Order: sequence, then C-alpha cells, then structure tokens
Amino acid sequence: MSSPLSVFDIAGRAMSAQIVRLNTVASNMANAGTVAGSEATAYRALKPVFQQVSDAPGVSTVKVTQVVQSNTQPTKRHDPDNPLADKDGNVWDAGVDSAAELVDMIETQRQYQNNVQVMQTAKQLTLDTLRIEK
Amino acid sequence: MGSDDALFGIHGTALQIRSQRMSMLASNIANAATPGFKARDIDFNKALDAATGQQAGSVDDAVQGNVGYRVPVESSLSGNTVELPVEQTQFAENAVQYKTTLQFLQGRVDTVMQALKGDNT
Repeated sequence: MSSPLSVFDIAGRAMSAQIVRLNTVASNMANAGTVAGSEATAYRALKPVFQQVSDAPGVSTVKVTQVVQSNTQPTKRHDPDNPLADKDGNVWDAGVDSAAELVDMIETQRQYQNNVQVMQTAKQLTLDTLRIEK
Repeated sequence: MGSDDALFGIHGTALQIRSQRMSMLASNIANAATPGFKARDIDFNKALDAATGQQAGSVDDAVQGNVGYRVPVESSLSGNTVELPVEQTQFAENAVQYKTTLQFLQGRVDTVMQALKGDNT
C-alpha cells in the first residue's frame, strides 16, 4: 500500500464518527422531555461537526472536530405547579426537535451501514488477493 | 514499473490502480456527511495508459495525474458533492473489475505453476 490511509482506516474512522453522531442523537432523545427553570439552563440539542482528514492526496477520512449546541430554542411553557418554575410560573422545555433527531438517527444508521459494506468488500478482495498464490 | 512486467503484464498495474480507486471511493463514502467535501475519482483508462504507455512513469504518478472532481447531479446546500447512489455503484463496479483483474492474474499464476510442476495429472 503506497497510501498511509488504507480502506480499513478510512471506513473505520468514518464508522467512529458516525457512532459519535449516534451518541449525540441518543443524548438529545434522552433529554427531549427535560424541563429547566430558565432559558439559559434549558437543554439544547447537541450536534457533531464533521471534518475531512487527509494524509495523502486523493484519500481522506472523516473526524468529529467538536460537538456544538444547536440553536434550537427551548420552548417556554406556563406551569406554575412545576417545582422548577420561576417567579412568573414559567418553565422551559428542552430545545430538541424529536422528529429531526429520528431522521438524523436513520441517516446515521444508513451511512454506518455503507461503511460496513465498504469494509466487507475491501476485506473480501484483500483475502482473494492473498489466496492467489494457492 | 512499466508494461514490461513479464509475468503479469498489464494486470499487475491494473490491480494497483483498482486498489487506489477503491481507497478513493471509500473516502467519498466516508465523507458523505462532511460539509464542503468534494468527491473525487480516478479516470481508470487514462491512468492505465499513463502507467503502461511509452513514457510510463510510476503507478502513483499516473494515478495522481488522472484524478478529477465528481460533477454532482444535484448540488447540495452544504457544498458536499457526494451522492451515495453514484458512489455505491462506482464502488461495486470497481470491486467487480478488481476481481476480474484478479482472475486474470490467477490464470497467469496457474499457468506458471503448471509449467513448473510438469504434467503430474
């Protein structure tokens, strides 16, 4: 292999990045129903930032550079009975768009599967190449 | 590494280019969700010509000289030009072609093995 990044590195690191994305989706879904006593402390959806990594021209994989809070705004709700309510009786629901998170989850799943498929094909071809001496 | 490889002929070079193309297509699939990523591909025929022609250079140079950016069918908002169906079909096609090249190599190896062993059927 002339290139420092093999197909296994490329697909493997892409799978790791997709796992980080799946973890953020899980965090967001877990916190979708939480309430907070102020807008500033309310939960906002987490989103990973993907960036291309390239060691050699032509081949590149992907990494997660950071995980940022999205700008989905928490929704204010009047609920004076809630123990977390402020002096006006308002609470803030987490700023998570559940439908969008589920769509993100499916997309993550599909892209993970794509990388698994790439890895399987590469593995099979490598094994075939090794067996050529037989 | 020119076309004068006595045992494997053009197929050894072809297999190397196929392998590098597989890495490049894997890169495209890995970056399917990266904003601003531009998908790239190798023009196999031109790369093979450059690697086996009259002024044949190294396989790596031949590949690097024949890399192009993919023109997307539909442009996306994030500036990413990876279209998964396109990349997947190209990857599958390249895998089949890799295997075909491998079969040619296998044929050469079998022939030489038979010649070495003699008629021991």
